[in-house]
Amino acid sequence: MVELKVGDRRVLGRGDFPAFFAALRDAGYDVIGPTIHDGAIVYDRLTRVEDLPIGWTDRQGPGKYRLERRGDQALFGYNVGPFTWKKFLYPPRERLWTAYRDGDAFSIEPEPVDGPPLAFLGMRACELAGVRVTDRVFQGGPVADPGYSARRSRLLRIAVECGEAGANCFCVSMGTGPGVGADVDLVLTEILEPGPHRFLLRVGSPAGAEVLARVPLTPAEPTDGQIAEAIVERTAGSMGRTMNTEGIRDLLRNNLEHPRWDNVAKRCLACTNCTMVCPTCFCSTQEEVPDLDVSKVERWRRWDSCFNLAFTELHGSSVRKSGLSRYRQWLTHKLGTWNDQFGSSGCVGCGRCITWCPVGIDLTEEVAAIRKSPGATAAAATKGGSP
Amino acid sequence: MPVHKPRVAVWKFASCDGCQLTMLDCEDALLAIADKVEIANFREASSAVVEGPYDLSLVEGSVTTPEDVRRVKEVRAESRVLVTIGACATAGGIQALRNFADVDEYRRLVYAQPQYIETLATSTPIADHVPVDFELRGCPISKAQLLEVISAYLTNRAPNVPNESVCIECKRRGNVCVLVAHGTPCLGPVTQAGCGAICPAFHRGCYGCFGPQGSPNVPSMLKELGELGMAPLPMYRVFRTFNAMAPAFRSAADSAVSEEDAP
Repeated sequence: MVELKVGDRRVLGRGDFPAFFAALRDAGYDVIGPTIHDGAIVYDRLTRVEDLPIGWTDRQGPGKYRLERRGDQALFGYNVGPFTWKKFLYPPRERLWTAYRDGDAFSIEPEPVDGPPLAFLGMRACELAGVRVTDRVFQGGPVADPGYSARRSRLLRIAVECGEAGANCFCVSMGTGPGVGADVDLVLTEILEPGPHRFLLRVGSPAGAEVLARVPLTPAEPTDGQIAEAIVERTAGSMGRTMNTEGIRDLLRNNLEHPRWDNVAKRCLACTNCTMVCPTCFCSTQEEVPDLDVSKVERWRRWDSCFNLAFTELHGSSVRKSGLSRYRQWLTHKLGTWNDQFGSSGCVGCGRCITWCPVGIDLTEEVAAIRKSPGATAAAATKGGSP
Repeated sequence: MPVHKPRVAVWKFASCDGCQLTMLDCEDALLAIADKVEIANFREASSAVVEGPYDLSLVEGSVTTPEDVRRVKEVRAESRVLVTIGACATAGGIQALRNFADVDEYRRLVYAQPQYIETLATSTPIADHVPVDFELRGCPISKAQLLEVISAYLTNRAPNVPNESVCIECKRRGNVCVLVAHGTPCLGPVTQAGCGAICPAFHRGCYGCFGPQGSPNVPSMLKELGELGMAPLPMYRVFRTFNAMAPAFRSAADSAVSEEDAP
């Protein structure tokens, strides 16, 4: 068998997909991928190909998500669900260390960060971009987060190019998809027709090539490449939403007193759902959990959100008391000041915050409303933003 | 910290005892607590009563009788720290529905000898009568939060009990949103976390047992419930439950129906 190199393309027949899946497990990977749970496609540990949402798709709208049967047996015929891969790299609750008291002294035991290597099967282009963002957040600074870094170093990223766009998708606007670039381990493009149900497979890394060593593959014909390109092009042309990102950082910065913030604050429930489903929102709070005689104290980290009143609580009161200030903080950070902090936008265009907002607040609409009448309260803005 | 073992007392006012049972339900953790403290008064667990003063009083139930008004002041006077536990003690409980009705009429209808019933026209939270150091929400309270509060006061630190929404618990737990994915009316966005998002985990909407979250947006929630097909009367009723007297939920019920349509 010829050894595969980065950039090689092969065809994987649908009938051989179980062999590919088995190869991942044989290589020691814990395979995480899409599966149906409680009426949605979520990411969870998969044990067999049948765990995938075969023949299902999702219909999304602002504040709305429903599963629907497809007319075919596509393995990846849906868009994105309520959960992101972030929960496997950056768990919702994580013990960071444990301290033990010994008389007047104490010792700290770091949390072990070992675990099985993970294979994320079915990452979308926007989600790969999301992981690039969280890589910068957790590993880009002077001190890398040990848990995140350990899990990330054991990660195999298997992407699937989207065969269709969802109603809340806008990856084209954010420059993150739907085509998958080079920073990945393996890329699949699912071809349902013409010809037999198959996948065009592209090797993105040596680790990706390694798992394919014993998987039956056939050479890719030029037409396979053309079909895959056409699929991605069609998806790119049918984005459910668009966002004009030109000068967006300054647009938001110069409109901190725009009346639209008040309008959105009236609708915003401050429930945190947008931040929980966002692939890049990373805020957490840390808490000490002592036992009753404080002989042992555990330090835990759990997901927090800038929409929580307590998020900015200092000496007994919150800095951002109003819903307005919290929504504005979130959006101006995500689309604007994130660039100053991490060198990219914090938004990857997946549309989850639109779908999973119970009242369907759509950030693309909010930005468009501000762009339509910038400087609506320019006089007030010169005084600077109130908290 | 006192030199003697901290003395903990549990008091009951108008309530179903469910929150005290939550404490008994702590099992192993309760034994560990019992080892660290002197349980001075806990009628649900033991008939032995130790005289005050108490280092920590846990108060269950609401104030519904003239006797309660007197007794709650006594409990406060004997307690270094007073923590109220559960929806009755923190918001008046389900029995606070009397606050919106005519208690005399109830008394005449329910009791054969109404002259023997001595009751107030209202059910009110403990904090309406005496200063309260901390209010633990829930109907019933959560075991984990109760242990956290006890442990916090025994070690002289602030309890870590977030006032965030139930939604954040759903997402941390891995629940799929019943409102967005199933179209089920759910009070999670306006309700305080603490229960672990139990109802949504079983495909039910949140009933608001833990009362309003830190910054509830009631008008937006009502609009959304209406869009999910909930009629004004059910919307009114869903906020008139265990936390009916919590200001945000009270105003939610009041806004759900017009005054003449209110039952």
